[in-house]
Amino acid sequence: MKNELLSKTIHEVSADLKAKKVSSAELTKAAMDYLEEVEPKVQSFITVTRDEALKQAAEADKLLAAGKDVTPLTGVPIAIKDLLCTKGIRTTCASRMLETFKPPYNATVVEKLYAAGAVSVGKTNMDEFAMGSSTESSFYKKTKNPWNLNCVPGGSSGGSAACVSADQAFASLGSDTGGSIRQPAAFCGIVGLKPTYGRVSRYGLIAFASSLDQVGPFGKDVEDCAIMMGAIAGHDPMDSTSAEVPVPDYAAEAKKGVKGLKVGVPKEFFPDGMNREVSVAVKDAIAKLQSLGAEIIEVSLPSSPYGLAAYYVLAPSEASSNLARYDGVRYGLRVPGENIVEMYSKTRAAGFGSEVKRRIMLGTYALSSGYYDAYYLKALKVRRLIKQEYDKAFEKVDVIATPTTPNPAFRFGEKTGDPLSMYLEDVFTVSINITGLPGLSVPCGMSKSGLPIGLQLIGKAFDEATLLRTAYSYEQSTEWHKQKPGLKED
Amino acid sequence: MALSEKDVQYVAKLARLEVTDQEVAKYTQQLANILEYVEQLSKLDTANVEPLTHPLDVKNVFRADELRPCLTQAEVLSNAPEPQSGHFKVPKIM
Repeated sequence: MKNELLSKTIHEVSADLKAKKVSSAELTKAAMDYLEEVEPKVQSFITVTRDEALKQAAEADKLLAAGKDVTPLTGVPIAIKDLLCTKGIRTTCASRMLETFKPPYNATVVEKLYAAGAVSVGKTNMDEFAMGSSTESSFYKKTKNPWNLNCVPGGSSGGSAACVSADQAFASLGSDTGGSIRQPAAFCGIVGLKPTYGRVSRYGLIAFASSLDQVGPFGKDVEDCAIMMGAIAGHDPMDSTSAEVPVPDYAAEAKKGVKGLKVGVPKEFFPDGMNREVSVAVKDAIAKLQSLGAEIIEVSLPSSPYGLAAYYVLAPSEASSNLARYDGVRYGLRVPGENIVEMYSKTRAAGFGSEVKRRIMLGTYALSSGYYDAYYLKALKVRRLIKQEYDKAFEKVDVIATPTTPNPAFRFGEKTGDPLSMYLEDVFTVSINITGLPGLSVPCGMSKSGLPIGLQLIGKAFDEATLLRTAYSYEQSTEWHKQKPGLKED
Repeated sequence: MALSEKDVQYVAKLARLEVTDQEVAKYTQQLANILEYVEQLSKLDTANVEPLTHPLDVKNVFRADELRPCLTQAEVLSNAPEPQSGHFKVPKIM
């Protein structure tokens, strides 16, 4: 049975915890019970950590009783994507390769959430090594979309999005290399934020494409997302690419309104023949922002449609290098061989699924002698072209508004036969990763078939505050974020 | 640049991935489709554009060469498939 507290947001339930209306132990127990009750339907988790969660909840209750070091996350159950290292707790990356891997240390973002008093309920399902847009490439299970169990939750952070949408956790952490937070947030009707590259530490994030990966939060609403972001952002000496830029009070910044804000709309994100329900919902959202006092300005990002092609050279190239570490020597799966090369080749053949192998081969090809200039170097040049266009657009506007995805959630198996058709789902999200800019998805509508639609907001580097502010103003003038999924098949 | 099965076999060898003939046939088709899509990049004039390897203007980060706590040998070996006498054991290399 569902405790009504579980439908609340962090900012609501945190007030109840502080007011001693409920203890973290009671809340966590209710959350775990409900998580396990609906898990057979949704399948968000690879590992559920009930015992650890109840211990953390008891610690949080001590802090709450003493009224000491209490944050908005103290005692609140959250979930963690299974590519963030958790000390002593299995971290699989949804791969057979890491089926038994127990990291000897915590990712910095995990440490930060623990330090804020959050309670972790478990590790969420994802596409294997974060490569995919539907969570179907997980070695372990298929996470379902809570709005229609016949549809995918998006990916790669599908479990992190589905569990928040289904009230299995109040918020979660995901990672975004080409849209892996924003796309599942849009598909599952919640808020997801990909921070600026360098804003959040990647220490302990199992690498996919190191110049593109960022950790970010999922929340039931914008304020929750801001609270999570405040807890994880900031410079980390353990990540040499993390930036020394001051972190604002995001939850306070979010409430400043959009009067006078300049919102850019790029025509390249509304191509001819696009899904009408998506374009209508997003255009309505932009009109709503205008009615709230924002100024709408047309901008042009002519090279951005090429972002997808550049991304599918750059990301696999970086992945082919990063995933070379899975060799059966230091950790992970080992399949015996007569000599070391045979051991490597058999281990990698057995440990990786087909999407991971495809990308390793694509990247190896793009970096190989004779093809490097044509593919990798060309993609890096296009990357700069795209970044220059965004920089130019941001001379005129404060934030850019687009659809998050070309379509609402698709059905299981619909795109797995043709990898390119799956890649095309990332067309609106990838250019934000190759430019390093922050992006957010906020619910802005429902398709006739009852699937959520997302509005993507793109910001200037390190200006997540303006994204949250724009999203908050919009959200507060709508009812989308208050709707709950039915956890039913069609 | 048409991709052949020989190319895929070569790339799989470089990437240390054992592949079956069936897989080679499948990947040749799929990778060729993806590369055909990627070809559109050649439409953009990048003659005077410098490559951008990283979104941030990153510089190398140094720290003082001082002793700091680190993982113990037991922790480092705790996930090893075949640890032996404090080492990672591997099949013969030579």
